[in-house]
Amino acid sequence: MKREAISALRARRGFLRKIGVAGAAVAAGSTAVLRKVAAKSESAAAQKSFPTADYDWTKRKWAFGVDANKCIGCLRCVEACKRENNVPLDAHHFNTWVERYVYLEGEDKPRIDSQQDPVNIAASGSEGEYRFADRYKGAKVEKAFFVPKLCNQCEHPPCVQVCPVGATYKGADGVVLIDAKYCIGCRYCVQACPYGARWFNEEKGVTQKCYWCYHRISKGLQPACVEVCPVGARVFGDRNDHESPISLFIRNNRVQVLRPETGNEPNVFYVGIDKAVS
Amino acid sequence: MEPSVHYAPYTGWVYPNETVIEWSVAIVVYPYITGLVAGAFTVSSLYQVFGFERLKPVAHLALLTSLCFMFFVPLPLLLHLGHPERAFNNLLTPNLSSAMAMFGYFATFYIVLLLIETWFAFRPHIVEQAQKRNGWTGTFYRALTLGSYDLSEKALRYDAKWIFWLAIAGIPGAHGLHGYVGFIFGSLKSREWWSSDLMPLVFLFSAIISGVALLIVLYVLSCKLRRTPIDLACIKGLAYTVWAFIIVAFLLEGLEFANIVYKAREGIEVIMQYVTGPLLIPYFVLQFGLGSIVPLLLLSYMIWRGTTGRELVVGVTLSACLVLFSVFMMRWNVVIGGQELSKTGKGLLTYPMQVFGKEGLIVSLSMVIAPLIVLLGITRLFPPWVHKAAQ
Repeated sequence: MKREAISALRARRGFLRKIGVAGAAVAAGSTAVLRKVAAKSESAAAQKSFPTADYDWTKRKWAFGVDANKCIGCLRCVEACKRENNVPLDAHHFNTWVERYVYLEGEDKPRIDSQQDPVNIAASGSEGEYRFADRYKGAKVEKAFFVPKLCNQCEHPPCVQVCPVGATYKGADGVVLIDAKYCIGCRYCVQACPYGARWFNEEKGVTQKCYWCYHRISKGLQPACVEVCPVGARVFGDRNDHESPISLFIRNNRVQVLRPETGNEPNVFYVGIDKAVS
Repeated sequence: MEPSVHYAPYTGWVYPNETVIEWSVAIVVYPYITGLVAGAFTVSSLYQVFGFERLKPVAHLALLTSLCFMFFVPLPLLLHLGHPERAFNNLLTPNLSSAMAMFGYFATFYIVLLLIETWFAFRPHIVEQAQKRNGWTGTFYRALTLGSYDLSEKALRYDAKWIFWLAIAGIPGAHGLHGYVGFIFGSLKSREWWSSDLMPLVFLFSAIISGVALLIVLYVLSCKLRRTPIDLACIKGLAYTVWAFIIVAFLLEGLEFANIVYKAREGIEVIMQYVTGPLLIPYFVLQFGLGSIVPLLLLSYMIWRGTTGRELVVGVTLSACLVLFSVFMMRWNVVIGGQELSKTGKGLLTYPMQVFGKEGLIVSLSMVIAPLIVLLGITRLFPPWVHKAAQ
């Protein structure tokens, strides 16, 4: 009886040992998998550099300025951006756009349009080239101005907050980036952005937006839209540099941001816009 | 062949990128079927946990309905994703600040719970069939017994205990799953039409009424098909349930709308223009009028008059159909309505629904109908009514 009990115990011990070995093997395997996965789950923002080896994003704090007083609505910025960033040449996908606000005599609300408006597309004759049609010809214009728009690279970006997989993230230098190899294409970020800055690339199945020409600024160049602006309405630079164009722009002007009530804290600073702009 | 992207016509001022409406009718269907899952589960819980004996004839049917619809919950999402093959990243590397990231966990937890509860509920049937049948069906049932053939009183008491506790755990599970769907919309500050603290509750209560209504229709239909008499007490029980929850759902939805109008924040002019224009029929006439007020009045009348017999069955079923339609319209008005109102607060868009394509009308409707076909098949394998007769 006793012997039987002992042999049963032994068998049980042997069985448990086998389970233990198998369990350890599984655990080792799964930690390897987990580690591989964790490399992805570790926030990209915590990594040292991206994506150029000799660019240290911890040393920069990029910001953007728009002087609406200077903008003439030539739309060279929009065309340059489309070509620089392979944005589809149509009237529905834009990293940057220009809004036109026109107050006509006797009207207390502005008429607003952008280059994508069918009337303006008809004037340019193509969805790949842009111009503002002279649509208020005959009417008496009391006040009119242009407002360039682009991603605000917010301090507290709602798009980053809602991304279910962390494919979009805020870099140490302040730019909100998208990992196109990780984006699942759910478009929750498109819905979350109150500025309409994001759009979905049907062909690639991922979301895209303006990233201040990251491929250029990380090499010491200016964003394409800033480079082509003939009147200097777009200002770009490093806020860590006290004498950079953007630092001077913010210091020397009374700047404002779009929709401050959202708490997003945009990093595009505006001069010369009025209350109708949001 | 239709182009894959349809551009939305608009009036007023909308941001250029808004002319592509990103969340389609597939995303209308998703909360609709999730709601039916939660609602059907509520019916089963009312019996299992809260002891509503009247609902006994539909308790098991409710469980199977919930399960069948749950199988299809991820489908509209997968069809919608730009990269469905990366969907699993949602579970592997969730971004914890995202409301959407929790979906995978909620859904997985709930589907496992449902499977286990259904297994316990149908265990006597599975064992019985495993012993009776030969061939592949016999093998199927024998595999499902998981080696347990014990149908002693003690074992059945043990099963009942599991069912009870799983049903209790399932209540926050099912309702959490659906409340969170409401939170996905309600937590966004970019759209006035969505941004509301009441949104999760609105979704939850509309889900409950849709699930109960579905059970009414399915129960009546199953009795007709099987040529068995309809249990009037059960129909009455379901009618009371749907009546009580319609009142709450209606109040919450009315309250939410009243909040938007009364607070009258930026963009209210366009919202008013929208609800009194393009949304007048889908929102006020169909969702509120025909879908909520008519069934509410009809049910109230029948309860007041003590209607019974055939009139009761016809009246309650008709009300249930209207409720099912109303809840679908509610999902439509939230998902599509929210996007038709421009983020600028100065313009309106029109959603150009596609008929064909993976996010078109046909596929979306199929996703609502497919669970019913699966249910038809599953009730053959696990008859929810035989179980009742056996007791």
